[in-house]
Amino acid sequence: MHSILNPARRGFWFGFIGLGALFLLVIPGLNLLVPVESALHVPNYMVTLIGKYLCYAILAMAMNLVWGYCGVLSLGHGAFFALGGYAMGMYMMRAIGTRGSYGNAELPDFMVFLNWKELPWFWYGFDNFAFALLMVMLIPGVLAFIFGWLAFRSRINGVYLSIVTQAMTYALMLAFFRNEMGFGGNNGLTDFKDILGFDLSQSSTKLGLYWLTALLLGATFLVVRFIAASKLGRVMMAVRDAESRVRFLGYSVTGVKLFAFTVSAVLAGIAGALYVPQVGIINPSEFSPANSIEIAIWVAVGGRGTLLGPVVGAFAVNGAKTWLTGAAPELWLFALGALFIIVTLALPKGLVGLWADLRARTAKENAHD
Amino acid sequence: MRAFHLILALAALLLAAPAARADDAFAQALGALNAESYADKINAAEALAALGDGRAAQVLDALADGRLMVAAGGAILIDRGGSYADPISGQIVTAQADAITVNNRLRSVARAAAGRLALFSPDAAARKSAVEAIMNSPGPEAADMVRAALAKEFDDSVKAAMITALASLDLTSADPARRLDAVRQLADSSDPSVRSQIETLLQTETDASVRQVAEKSLASIQFRVTLMGFVANLFQGLSLGSVLLLAAIGLAVTFGVMGVINMAHGEMIMLGAYTTFAVQQLFRALLPPDLVDLYLVAAIPAAFVVTALVGMGLERGIIRFLYGRPLETMLATWGISLVLQQVVRQIFGATNMEVANPAWMTGGWELAGGFTLTYNRVIIIFFCLAVLGGLAALLRWSSFGLHMRAVTQNRPMAAAMGIPTGRVDALTFGLGSGIAGIAGVALSQIGNVSPNLGQAYIVDSFMVVVFGGVGSLWGTLVGAVSLGVVNKFLEPYAGAMLGKILVLVFIILFIQKRPRGLFALKGRSVES
Amino acid sequence: MKFNRILGAGLFATATALPMLAQAAEDTIKVGVLHSLSGTMAISETTLKDTVLMMVDDINKKGGLLGKKVEAVVVDPASNWPLFAEKAQELLEKEKVAAVFGCWTSVSRKSVLPVFEKMNGLLFYPVQYEGEESSRNVFYTGAAPNQQAIPAVDYLMSKDGGEVKRWVLAGTDYVYPRTTNKILEAYLKSKGVAPADIMINYTPFGHSDWQTIVADIKKFGTAGKKTAVVSTINGDANVPFYKELANLGVKADQIPVVAFSVGEEELAGIDTKNLVGHLAAWNYFQSVKSPENDAFIKQWQTFIKSPKRVTNDPMEATYIGFKMWTQAVQQAGSTNVDAVRQAMYGQQVKNLTGGTAVMNTNHHLSKPVFIGEIQANGQLQTVWKTKDVIKADAWSPYIPESAKLTANWTYPWVCGNCTEPKFK
Repeated sequence: MHSILNPARRGFWFGFIGLGALFLLVIPGLNLLVPVESALHVPNYMVTLIGKYLCYAILAMAMNLVWGYCGVLSLGHGAFFALGGYAMGMYMMRAIGTRGSYGNAELPDFMVFLNWKELPWFWYGFDNFAFALLMVMLIPGVLAFIFGWLAFRSRINGVYLSIVTQAMTYALMLAFFRNEMGFGGNNGLTDFKDILGFDLSQSSTKLGLYWLTALLLGATFLVVRFIAASKLGRVMMAVRDAESRVRFLGYSVTGVKLFAFTVSAVLAGIAGALYVPQVGIINPSEFSPANSIEIAIWVAVGGRGTLLGPVVGAFAVNGAKTWLTGAAPELWLFALGALFIIVTLALPKGLVGLWADLRARTAKENAHD
Repeated sequence: MRAFHLILALAALLLAAPAARADDAFAQALGALNAESYADKINAAEALAALGDGRAAQVLDALADGRLMVAAGGAILIDRGGSYADPISGQIVTAQADAITVNNRLRSVARAAAGRLALFSPDAAARKSAVEAIMNSPGPEAADMVRAALAKEFDDSVKAAMITALASLDLTSADPARRLDAVRQLADSSDPSVRSQIETLLQTETDASVRQVAEKSLASIQFRVTLMGFVANLFQGLSLGSVLLLAAIGLAVTFGVMGVINMAHGEMIMLGAYTTFAVQQLFRALLPPDLVDLYLVAAIPAAFVVTALVGMGLERGIIRFLYGRPLETMLATWGISLVLQQVVRQIFGATNMEVANPAWMTGGWELAGGFTLTYNRVIIIFFCLAVLGGLAALLRWSSFGLHMRAVTQNRPMAAAMGIPTGRVDALTFGLGSGIAGIAGVALSQIGNVSPNLGQAYIVDSFMVVVFGGVGSLWGTLVGAVSLGVVNKFLEPYAGAMLGKILVLVFIILFIQKRPRGLFALKGRSVES
Repeated sequence: MKFNRILGAGLFATATALPMLAQAAEDTIKVGVLHSLSGTMAISETTLKDTVLMMVDDINKKGGLLGKKVEAVVVDPASNWPLFAEKAQELLEKEKVAAVFGCWTSVSRKSVLPVFEKMNGLLFYPVQYEGEESSRNVFYTGAAPNQQAIPAVDYLMSKDGGEVKRWVLAGTDYVYPRTTNKILEAYLKSKGVAPADIMINYTPFGHSDWQTIVADIKKFGTAGKKTAVVSTINGDANVPFYKELANLGVKADQIPVVAFSVGEEELAGIDTKNLVGHLAAWNYFQSVKSPENDAFIKQWQTFIKSPKRVTNDPMEATYIGFKMWTQAVQQAGSTNVDAVRQAMYGQQVKNLTGGTAVMNTNHHLSKPVFIGEIQANGQLQTVWKTKDVIKADAWSPYIPESAKLTANWTYPWVCGNCTEPKFK
């Protein structure tokens, strides 16, 4: 069994509810109710930071669905994340209205000073939140579906798929860098004011977004668990372990992979949409191949093919990054690089796997006693 | 006619020793060069040139090059690379001197003036460049000067340059017959500047016969310019292809032959470039200046050895534990690349390092149609072919190559035959890394040497290898060259950015059609 | 459960550590340094981090500020824009720094802007940029386009500059070149330059293959009119660009290239023998002789322990920003952001190149402009300079929408982008 949180186990629900309570109640509680002077107070920046990690955790779970369970290592998941983010950014850009520097109700600031006279067609509709929300899921989903259909049908797999997805995100990055594209070029979309009328600079809005992200992480967790436990999930794992055999058994490998890839892309898009209002900027460097590789690394560090691994990995790697870039700004890349090397060499099953191994060993020792 | 006097004066100078009077005038004009404002300096330079003194040419040249110095006492000296020469007496003197500041305007006036004097130089190359200098900033008497020089010219290539120069000067002549002659002369040109001159002429020309000939000449020039543009595009494409190929050959070995996805491949290139820098610094510190240019030759083996050792170290220390797990290898080597970048940043600093092009790699052959074959690009194309050829020969004919191919094709069987597979793995990885290091030497000549150098090439090199067909050197060659050429032919229409995007999209689509690239290996080992 | 115990231990550790931090904060004044030390921007930004550290070192040697030691808190935002925002928040909220010196790219500034505005922090931004911004919480000590681009073009149009009639505006495709070129295009047209005599070209970041573009520039320059290139090409792409210029024989006396992003530090990475005469426009050159500059160069080379390291314009901007901040803090007698901001207006610091830089109420500086030619030793030799300091326009008068706006943070305006005063 790959999962330490075996669905059959009752411990799963304990853990799930415990973590849910931590993220949904304890942290916001410590932020809101405990006075600032207290040592237990969770400062606002910490809430934003954890909110960001939660988005990364959703993204890592999406990645895990397609890589951990289906064996397809996509190095283009940053692209789906960024596309979701752009869709949400476009909504928030339109919501600025006349409060931009140049006070133009129709056009975002960057279009005004680049002399654009009218809104490009693909920006229409984004003033409507529901439409934007639909696009958050639809754009990454459709792209993944078309791309996946082409790739899986031609039986591009393993390393080749990784490199082709990398080419995809790289091409998108170059495209979004172009100012003619109408997405703000290198500066991307920034200067957001509010979302659904809630002022983004208010800490209450930030807390609300944090809460929503935590809830959606929980939902993602359940969705992934549901898929992994279903019959389809078992076929997915079979594809990962022995693709040709599954094909010879008469299953549609293309269909299974396409399903995992598309669902995963939609989840990544949602993570991106939650991420952008919290960090306040979306820019083409989110498409950079390095970012996509990092996502894979979170999953590897946490433990791929496990339910909890991606969450642990996203928190561990990003937490280490936050801490080290402040504590050892000159040396943190050594630490991070070493972490990746050590994890792949010594912990093929990631941190979660290490935990499981330790527990198994203790159980064995206990049994011997 | 002033020019005629000038020639007479020059002739006199060549025949007789300079009179004391000439010395005085020369010294005075020379002193005026050390003026406050650039306008005064320009007047002084023109006055100096008008003297017709043979010594003025080298003074003006030195001025244009920033080698004209003023000593503490106000004496004007020429810097001859460490020693100072007195332009009046020609003697070497020792002094403390500062350079006379020059701006672009003064520089081009000085060059043109020196050019006018050099038109009668005994050296044919100097005469030819003098014609060019004059054409850059043609004064009112330029046409007469060139005509006078042409009458005495005997070297064919200089003659041709003078005739073209004269013709383009005559285009603005008031005499329609001269214009007609000039337009006829220029019909054979393939220079885009001539094309625009004739276009300008056509805008104002009233004489019907001149117009007719001009239009005909324009059409024939246009054809040649377009043709040369095509050739230039092709060369640029080949050159870009050779850069891509160099970056990708090492990867073709580690990825293509061994199946190791080395995300630190770019950093191997970077290490090679930094080795080049280190060798250059060593040469600068230890060797006399005229031998420093050879550093590049020494850098090739040095870079190979350094990166090959690093590569073998990585293979033995990390990568060999990950064979058969390509995706994990990718993540671990990504970690290695982060570490290597930071190591270099700690040792050399984050800023760009200066790697100078040796003199023999600077400049280019100016061919027709404004197309220049630059030396560094030409050398890199040949260098790249040599590296590829060498590698192919090694794989094909050496016993190490045989072992390598045996291990790739069937590891257990190779081991059973007594091939030390572990050692072959290490050497192969070292070979791939070493070639990446050599690529770094070449790339240091055309781009940045910074800790981020490798990142710029990594995606491109993977594309080349996958597009060409993993495991096929021939495929890598064809892949790199065709991507380079396609990119360069797209660039004029689509722009640099969109061109690159289109190429990427093309690769993605192409891989759908041929998942194993242009030249796919066939056989069972490929499928597993 | 074990987990609770770990959490408890962690919380306990934090609880004991916090009062200690608070204690430390009493004795020192913290300043944040928000420059990328890794990733693509480390090339340029590392130097500025060292400059701030040198200034901090210097002020502590002189007895500190308000009787307290100044402590630099260095973080690495790693050329990653969201990380910039995260680190800015950490500096302001966790470290409680009095001011932050940082950012290089416009996008990094845009990314931290909401954080500084929300938390009422103070950012000193030391790099030349496109303008079109004036935040209450940012002081811009680099050049605005009218302090760099327009004087450079004026010079090239002058007799000394070669009376240029045909222009190539070449830049990297991002907001600074786009805006600068837009301003220049409008300016050139207002000077009677025909649209056919302006060629605009954009390239991606880190563009490395310049063969086609340099060949095009060369072709464009053969039309019989004096041609110049105005380059807003960014960082990494410059080295291959200049190497290609040298190899294709584009000489400065035929087609001069004037650059706004190439200074001494960038030139130190290029062999400049074949680039002599190409130009750069800045507010500072290392080669300008003045007692202040000599002292600064000496201080820098001692601090960085290398007699070969060069100084450049963003370093001077950092120097001026830091000096102004310390003066304002002394004047206000506090590091309180609102008090310091008030004290900043009209604050004067001697430029390293002579004359005095003044902080205006639009949060930008008045500075002199220099145009220099590249020398064989990698330095820039001044060939022209403004007689007086030039006041930065936060909003360019050459962009119609921006011409209407005013930035003035004193009464009665109190606004960074208004068409009329807030208090009438």
